Amino acid sequence: MQNQIEKRIEIKASVSRVWRALTDYREFGAWFRVEVEGPFVAGQPACGQITYPGYEHLRWQAVIQKIEPERLFSFTWHPYAIDPKKDYSQEPPTLVEFRLEPTASGGTLLLLTESGFARLPADRGPEALRMNDSGWSTQLQNIAGHVAARS
Amino acid sequence: MSRLAPEGGSAKRRQHATVCAALGDETRLSLVTALSAGEPRSIAQLTGGSRMTRQAITKHLRVLESAGIVHSVRSGRESRFAFDPAPLNELKDYLARVSEQWDQVLGRLKSLVEG
Repeated sequence: MQNQIEKRIEIKASVSRVWRALTDYREFGAWFRVEVEGPFVAGQPACGQITYPGYEHLRWQAVIQKIEPERLFSFTWHPYAIDPKKDYSQEPPTLVEFRLEPTASGGTLLLLTESGFARLPADRGPEALRMNDSGWSTQLQNIAGHVAARS
Repeated sequence: MSRLAPEGGSAKRRQHATVCAALGDETRLSLVTALSAGEPRSIAQLTGGSRMTRQAITKHLRVLESAGIVHSVRSGRESRFAFDPAPLNELKDYLARVSEQWDQVLGRLKSLVEG
């Protein structure tokens, strides 16, 4: 368990096909379940009404970060934004990145990361949020040891 | 969409955000490290060995306390601070749910493109 979520999925379709599904706002809306109001533009906000059953009263809001054709699509958003009356713009967003790579068999490898759940010092953020059965105490002691060894 | 698990309300999510923010500081992370090792400690104990003032440490402890990561216990004339793993465990569960939701979202993408 880390401060970042990572997913890999192999898709039996060409990179250009997957790229279109990711970055065409209508196609994106179909699988992401949001009625996006216009094309994605790097550096610009994107928003729309959520179409996921039971959550249609909520709006989806993101800021498109990078659109590097057939390689990288990313946006930031507010992962805790569930209260329609609250302004989340001052809170730290998380970064969602979709990376595409062609596979030998003509398909596409999609790598997804969502990062920034905790604003931890960059050089040891992942360790700080790594949790397992041995518990926080041990993990945090490891961090402490790591810090001590460096200073 | 992917943040919309029915479990937990907005209050829970606010709490996750607060926990994340509270952890996002080196001093507070080291205080959590010290406290998670065991016994509740006083501000004086936590200040000892650090270059920070008592006031600065107190301020950081209050941030951790408002996030529920530590709580203070009155012991005679002084307060002692104890580690509470519950918010961190909840955050861990939250991230596990986010992870599952991404599985579903990416599954829909895959079906759409392959279909």
